[in-house]
Amino acid sequence: MIRALTTRRTEMAPFLLLLPAIATMLFVVALPLVFSLWTSLTPYKLTKPDTLYDFIWFRNYIRIFADWDFWEAFLRTIAFLTVAINLEFALGLGIALLINKITWGQRGLRTIMMFPMMFSPILVGFQFKFLFNDHIGVVNNALQSLGLTDQAIPWLVDANLAMFSITLAEVWMSTSVFAILLLAGLFAMPRDPLEAARVDGCNPWQVFRHITLPFLMPFAYIAMAIRSLDVARAYDLVAVMTDGGPAGRTELLWTLIARTGYDEAKMGQANAMAYISTILSVLFTWHFYRKLVAARRYMGGAE
Amino acid sequence: MAEITLEKVVKKYGAVGVVHGIDLSIAHQEFVVLVGPSGCGKSTTLRMIAGLEDITGGLVKIGGQVVNDLPPRKRNISMVFQNYALYPHMNVRDNLGFGLKIAGQSAPEIAKRVAEAADILGLAPLLDRTPAELSGGQRQRVAMGRAIVRNPDAFLFDEPLSNLDAKLRGQMRAEIKKLHQKVKTTVVYVTHDQVEAMTLADRIVVMKDGHIEQVGTPMEVFNHPLSTFVATFIGSPPMNLLPGLIEGSTVRLADGTGVPVPDRLKQFVRDGMAVQLGIRPDDISPVGHGLSQDGPGAEVALTVDLAEPLGMESLIYTRLAGQEVQAKLYGPRIVQPGEVLTFRLALDRAHLFDAATGKSVRAQ
Ligand SMILES: Nc1ncnc2c1ncn2[C@@H]1O[C@H](COP(=O)(O)OP(=O)(O)OP(=O)(O)O)[C@@H](O)[C@H]1O
Ligand SMILES: [Mg+2]
Repeated sequence: MIRALTTRRTEMAPFLLLLPAIATMLFVVALPLVFSLWTSLTPYKLTKPDTLYDFIWFRNYIRIFADWDFWEAFLRTIAFLTVAINLEFALGLGIALLINKITWGQRGLRTIMMFPMMFSPILVGFQFKFLFNDHIGVVNNALQSLGLTDQAIPWLVDANLAMFSITLAEVWMSTSVFAILLLAGLFAMPRDPLEAARVDGCNPWQVFRHITLPFLMPFAYIAMAIRSLDVARAYDLVAVMTDGGPAGRTELLWTLIARTGYDEAKMGQANAMAYISTILSVLFTWHFYRKLVAARRYMGGAE
Repeated sequence: MAEITLEKVVKKYGAVGVVHGIDLSIAHQEFVVLVGPSGCGKSTTLRMIAGLEDITGGLVKIGGQVVNDLPPRKRNISMVFQNYALYPHMNVRDNLGFGLKIAGQSAPEIAKRVAEAADILGLAPLLDRTPAELSGGQRQRVAMGRAIVRNPDAFLFDEPLSNLDAKLRGQMRAEIKKLHQKVKTTVVYVTHDQVEAMTLADRIVVMKDGHIEQVGTPMEVFNHPLSTFVATFIGSPPMNLLPGLIEGSTVRLADGTGVPVPDRLKQFVRDGMAVQLGIRPDDISPVGHGLSQDGPGAEVALTVDLAEPLGMESLIYTRLAGQEVQAKLYGPRIVQPGEVLTFRLALDRAHLFDAATGKSVRAQ
């Protein structure tokens, strides 16, 4: 009897010890998650707390699915993600390859390369907003002084240019994520297969294409998985640079969600959008993670 | 036709010379083995032939053409690396066919040649595995297969067997030999295993500190080493070297023991010359046990210090002229330490080296 009790107790011990952690997790993660899921099924308005108990099933979801503004922000977010991640990959790869080649000053450059990551996105946003300002911005000033244009280019006012400017800021800020991970990949790369490929008849481009790049892809997928989460929740840069304008032409999911939730106080609907946006992030991450696992299969074990 | 010629080839890393002007010509279809201790420049020499290493000075020619400035892909050679260097992200089939694909061969042609190579090397059941899923010996075979599918002018091997266990190494050694008989091609093979060198080579190139010490057929190098370095490097256990002085037609060893100068070497020695008498363990054996040898010889009574029975033969450690020497007993008899036996030195196979230069007296 006593024996049974003590074994019971030792079996319970791990759970007891984990209890604080479990409780914290429930409180910090699960509770808000359930709460926001609940609110997305109500017409919850921050100004009218009572609406929290008015259950309306999926009406919020149906409404946003029928809302063209939402779909536009949704598609724009996907396009932004795709363009930003691919540009960052291409640039990061180029930078990593160059830094890998040089022997003198490599450490210094590696550090400098990380500078953009040290700044808050809000500050980066302000800085680019200033750079791209049509009247006092450095970009227009430079272009005009060089005689490339004689008029002020409305970088942040023209609908297409504004999206371009935001992408540029995002790429500037985060290319180093790719560069660092790909550089780590290059450092870890065994030299022998490269030499074998050269003997097997490859020119430098073919060595890169058939040996180096496949070896680096797992590293690229890690970076893409990280970045797809980052970009899918892009808010600060857009909020600071254009705040979704002009006329909603740079509206991304999270700026739209914040506007719906805070400015229009429609928290229920905002949460419904947030859920869809979260699922989108998860899908992107899952996609890259699958690619990572597939690419890593042959790297496992040997070498 | 792919004869390979090195003329005064020099390799320097910065100011440090690694290969100091070596001359070597390798005939079409010849199997040449470069041997030497670690760090003597074997790999460097091989990599210069492959084009993986810049050539600081001299000329490398393949098939009569100077290739100093040609990249590896224009030299039509294959190389097998010490740690195989397989492409980790390709399965065995793609590893084998990669060179052909790059060369722009058609898919059916690639499939055919990969199948042939896989057949020769027994890789057919493994074609769909990745290198991570192969054992060391299998990886080694894939590396060889990758080299042979391309029908290169020459094969370069850099210690291809050194990562295998002893048994597998023996098997693969035999397979390489068979392969060379089947696929007649020029081969340059680097190793520091002298058994591999002796068994595989048409000619052995013994290297030391970036120089070539001696070039010759395995038997030439074994029977007529030109220096004490070659004498002790080739052959296992190594040749015994005993310092002595020439007195007329006698070699007077350190403790006063006199050994007659072998007839065939008499013309090469001067009175008073300081020499080293070289004699292989196989040529010192106890009289009356096992093999009896004829020809000129000298008999000495020696005390056994230690015996290592190896089954049909024993390795005996004893002292001659105050120096430890190894001797061989051919026969299953067990010898005890402390036993005194009469040993016979087979002097017709003994060597004399100039003590000052370490060179064979015949080379002077
Ligand atoms: N990149 C390099 N920079 C400077 N010295 C080098 C470099 N590569 C090789 N060496 C030197 O060149 C010498 C010859 O090297 P090599 O690799 O040819 O030796 P090896 O005969 O193949 O030896 P092992 O049997 O150990 O493979 C060594 O002393 C080595 O330290
Ligand atoms: Mg080597």
